Amino acid sequence: MQDNLKSSSYQQLEQKSKYTNMFLRWFLYFVLILFASYFIFPLYVMVVTSLKTMEEIRQGTLLSWPSGLNFDSWAVAWGGRGYGAGDTFLKPYFWNSIKMVVPAVFFSTFIGAMTGYVLTKWRFKGDSWVFLFLLFGCFIPFQAILLPMARTLGALGISNSIVGLVLVHTVYGIPFTTLFFRNYYVSVPTELVKAARIDGAGFFKIFFKILLPISAPIIVVTVIWQFTQIWNDFLFGSTFSFGEAAPIQVALNNMVLSSTSVKEYNVDMASAIIAGVPTLIVYVLAGKYFIRGLTSGAVKG
Amino acid sequence: MFKWLEKNLPKIVMAPAVGLIGWFVYGFVLWTLYISFTNSKILPKYELWGFGQYEKLWASRKWLISVDNLLVFTALFLIFCIVIGIILAIFLDQKIRAEGVLRTIYLYPMALSFIVTGTAWKWILNPTLGIQKMFIDWGFENFTFDWLVNREMAIYTIVIAGVWQSAGFVMALFLAGLRSVEDEIVKAAKIDGAGLFTVYWRILLPMMRPVFFTSFVILVHISIKSYDLIVALTQGGPGISTTMPALFMTQAAFHKSQVGLSAASAMMMFMAVAAVIIPYLYSELRRENAR
Repeated sequence: MQDNLKSSSYQQLEQKSKYTNMFLRWFLYFVLILFASYFIFPLYVMVVTSLKTMEEIRQGTLLSWPSGLNFDSWAVAWGGRGYGAGDTFLKPYFWNSIKMVVPAVFFSTFIGAMTGYVLTKWRFKGDSWVFLFLLFGCFIPFQAILLPMARTLGALGISNSIVGLVLVHTVYGIPFTTLFFRNYYVSVPTELVKAARIDGAGFFKIFFKILLPISAPIIVVTVIWQFTQIWNDFLFGSTFSFGEAAPIQVALNNMVLSSTSVKEYNVDMASAIIAGVPTLIVYVLAGKYFIRGLTSGAVKG
Repeated sequence: MFKWLEKNLPKIVMAPAVGLIGWFVYGFVLWTLYISFTNSKILPKYELWGFGQYEKLWASRKWLISVDNLLVFTALFLIFCIVIGIILAIFLDQKIRAEGVLRTIYLYPMALSFIVTGTAWKWILNPTLGIQKMFIDWGFENFTFDWLVNREMAIYTIVIAGVWQSAGFVMALFLAGLRSVEDEIVKAAKIDGAGLFTVYWRILLPMMRPVFFTSFVILVHISIKSYDLIVALTQGGPGISTTMPALFMTQAAFHKSQVGLSAASAMMMFMAVAAVIIPYLYSELRRENAR
């Protein structure tokens, strides 16, 4: 009898903890989903707004569903209305951004790979100071270099040009790309390099035969990081270019600010999505590498 | 000759990076420093003028408002990003279903530019057709939400958008930190009768000190540099109520022909960043050398 009682109260207790556990579990999911909706909310609003007509926007609310799949404002955002002067649309600036991003990512990644290789596999006296010297470049507020940069680009005759922006983005990408490659190559056993050196392999042969073949992951991380940074840049773009040489973020900002007559929120939202879609696609396809770049670029940069 | 080349090849390969950074980072910062000691207006002049620009800067009401805004923004941005980041990281760490999907959702704003983000939030927060109208249409007739156009409140809209953009990043840092703790430690604590709350509060979070430190440094760094978001969301307005140092600097330099003053403000920003970054780099290096 006594035994029976004891075990039943124990069962009750166990039952109770099962309920609290279940409650906690639900609470957990509730909070997580609540935050997820906060994060997803602007994207949702952007997409539905871009699909509505202005009439629908005035009638409905932020959340209301569009009456149909109406891509008119996307077409206007991308290609304009076709009436010449004052008609700004994103297409030419989108291509400007591509023309700027591709060479800048290539050069900065290449230089970073070479520098990281030397800093880890061809160590010399004071190399850690050189690394620190480069690393500090990750952190400077770019306001502190804007004025001299403007003068320099002017003196070189490449102010307000895509070439100028490629130079700027290449230079200020080097600290980050060097950091990525240096931290990656540090973990590659130096014995491999030493053995190859004894076999008579030279500087470039070792790089191309030994290090480059195993560098795919860090190249992906670096390229994604640089691509995202440069595509999303606004400060350099807006300071060193205007008019026809502007990259897409600058054009987007101008479009949103300068619509003189009636504000067309649907076109604004379509434009914002167009400007954000390339990096978003990269993020969805290669999220793992994106996060890796983010955390390692951040932990030390 | 060939021997010399072979011996010095690594240094020759390094040279472009070192040269470019030496000139474009260090040289340019010194150049800006020099300009800040001159009386430059539209174009840089090179006769020294002393500390006049700094005196002018700290006497400027707009600059003081910028600094004030920066302090308010940084404090709130830090608190919200870190608190939300930690909550999300701990909750996600409980063997959650669909963790991958949730993580992707929390972090995607980091892939977007502040201009895109700012454009979206500007539309959401606008009083005529945005959130305010949504609530009014739902039957809350007296609901007002006009922070975007309200001098007193506009700075908080920048906090909302900034936190939205960066909280997921803190989550990623802490999640990575929590995952790197060995299971044994948690198991041992549980055997000793510690509840889940105690495990996190007493054991795991104190172990995350370096992650706190890193998040702090990165977030302060982001907030001192914040420029794009303000341009896209408020342009420093209404009036100058949401102006910040980075905006002050570019406006003085490129719209108001106050090159000397803008150089002085840029140097103040540089010093603020250096004050946070140098101790950080120092401790990171010490940690690395200790390994």
